[in-house]
Amino acid sequence: MIETDILVIGAGPCGLFTVFEAGLVKLRCHLIDALPQPGGQLAEIYPKKPIYDIPGFPMIMAGELVSNLMKQAEPFNPGFTLGERAEHIEKMEDGRWKVTTNRGTVHAAPVIAIAAGLGSFEPRKPEIPNLLNFEDKGVEYIIKDPEKFRDKNVVISGGGDSALDWTIFLADVAKRVTLVHRRSSFRGHLDSVHKVTELAATGKINIVTNSEVTGLNGSDNLESVTITNFDTEDITNLEADYFIPLFGLSPKLGPLKNWDLNLHKESITVNPIDCSTNIPGIYAVGDINDYPGKLRLILCGFHEATMMVQSAYKYINPDKNLVLKYTTVSGVKAF
Amino acid sequence: MEAVININVTDLLGNKHQIKAPTDMGLNLMEAIRANDLQIKATCGGMAMCATCHVVVINSHLLPAMSEDEEAMLDDAFLLNIPHSRLSCQLMLTPEMDGMEVKLGEGTGE
Ligand SMILES: Cc1cc2nc3c(=O)[nH]c(=O)nc-3n(C[C@H](O)[C@H](O)[C@H](O)COP(=O)(O)OP(=O)(O)OC[C@H]3O[C@@H](n4cnc5c(N)ncnc54)[C@H](O)[C@@H]3O)c2cc1C
Ligand code: FES
Repeated sequence: MIETDILVIGAGPCGLFTVFEAGLVKLRCHLIDALPQPGGQLAEIYPKKPIYDIPGFPMIMAGELVSNLMKQAEPFNPGFTLGERAEHIEKMEDGRWKVTTNRGTVHAAPVIAIAAGLGSFEPRKPEIPNLLNFEDKGVEYIIKDPEKFRDKNVVISGGGDSALDWTIFLADVAKRVTLVHRRSSFRGHLDSVHKVTELAATGKINIVTNSEVTGLNGSDNLESVTITNFDTEDITNLEADYFIPLFGLSPKLGPLKNWDLNLHKESITVNPIDCSTNIPGIYAVGDINDYPGKLRLILCGFHEATMMVQSAYKYINPDKNLVLKYTTVSGVKAF
Repeated sequence: MEAVININVTDLLGNKHQIKAPTDMGLNLMEAIRANDLQIKATCGGMAMCATCHVVVINSHLLPAMSEDEEAMLDDAFLLNIPHSRLSCQLMLTPEMDGMEVKLGEGTGE
């Protein structure tokens, strides 16, 4: 069981900044995110887009903001459960909360900060009849540990940046990488498109365009995929240990709906004074919460996280008084 | 000339709404739908990066051609095979769109 002071659901910008603010008052954090990497929408949807409304940064790339937030949180040594979805919540006898993920990882903390944004990022799944049967048996939607693919036959499907980036990365890891794309051209960064074309020209990878993976075969684990060409209607079978469909991820509120929280549409209603929810000990910050005048902006989420941590401190230490100290005075005391 | 057009929007429950939208404010269809308090997720805020502003155009209208980005996004979200699919955020409102009818796609709700 992973134990911490504030269990943060969602490692987007607001979850990450919560770690920093909590660290200043000596509270530890552990974050759970369905994505394999921290950063939420910034990492998954627009890492290479500029943001212009972060105070003090006339312009910053979304990916860079995430790196900076990670660096800022680092002294406070946050724990991460990545690639897993917080699913189930339960009150323990000692008054703390117990949160279990879809993979069975158990966490316990007196306070939960829900920074779940627009919801848990879930993969878009192609319509292949027996796709679900092969999940975890060769079908992977997110890549947590690339070493898993060492010396394996890998088939990747998709035409955007993540399909291109992983094809390039796995070219040096896997035994063979085949990139299957439904269209004839790739979208995504020009550099990546060039690199992929180059790798194909030198025979390091195979590219199959105007085609789609239409079938998965194997007795228990995946053994091969069936690829159909749209133009010629040719059908081929290709040996495959892994099939990785990368058609992007979209956020779904999912399990949080069943946590008995007051909801307004897809958001959690909070008291804007401290972002507390209707359940004592559970807070919600960032895009996921709602109160009169709510704006879904990163900067507003940072403010919410700061207010929330003060209230969480008092909830955890009812007998102690917290005195606000400037960081210029106190510095950042790592733990 | 009045720069306000009428657009008919059918929501996910099948209810029809007539919305009015100005064509001289640089708005796209997704923003016009949202401004009328109809549920439209539009996660990416109009960058052709999420497909949660998907609409199906019901009546025939002269619409600008799809950009490569729009087409690729619809394809990635497995929506291209639904005829007359568009990303509403990529449709800048023009006077020619007066009377257009659209139906919100599944992905615009939860
Ligand atoms: C294209 C685009 C451009 C934008 N531009 C700007 C801008 O210029 N300025 C600005 O201020 N804002 C901008 N935004 C909005 C900004 O990205 C959001 O306000 C911000 O990401 C909210 O942060 P968050 O931490 O609340 O949530 P998110 O970034 O959404 O992160 C939430 C995380 O929680 C995870 N999660 C949710 N539920 C669970 C669960 N049950 N289990 C595990 N993990 C879970 C999700 O997987 C996700 O990673 C933009 C958004 C987009 C999409
Ligand atoms: S709002 Fe995201 S694609 Fe239109």
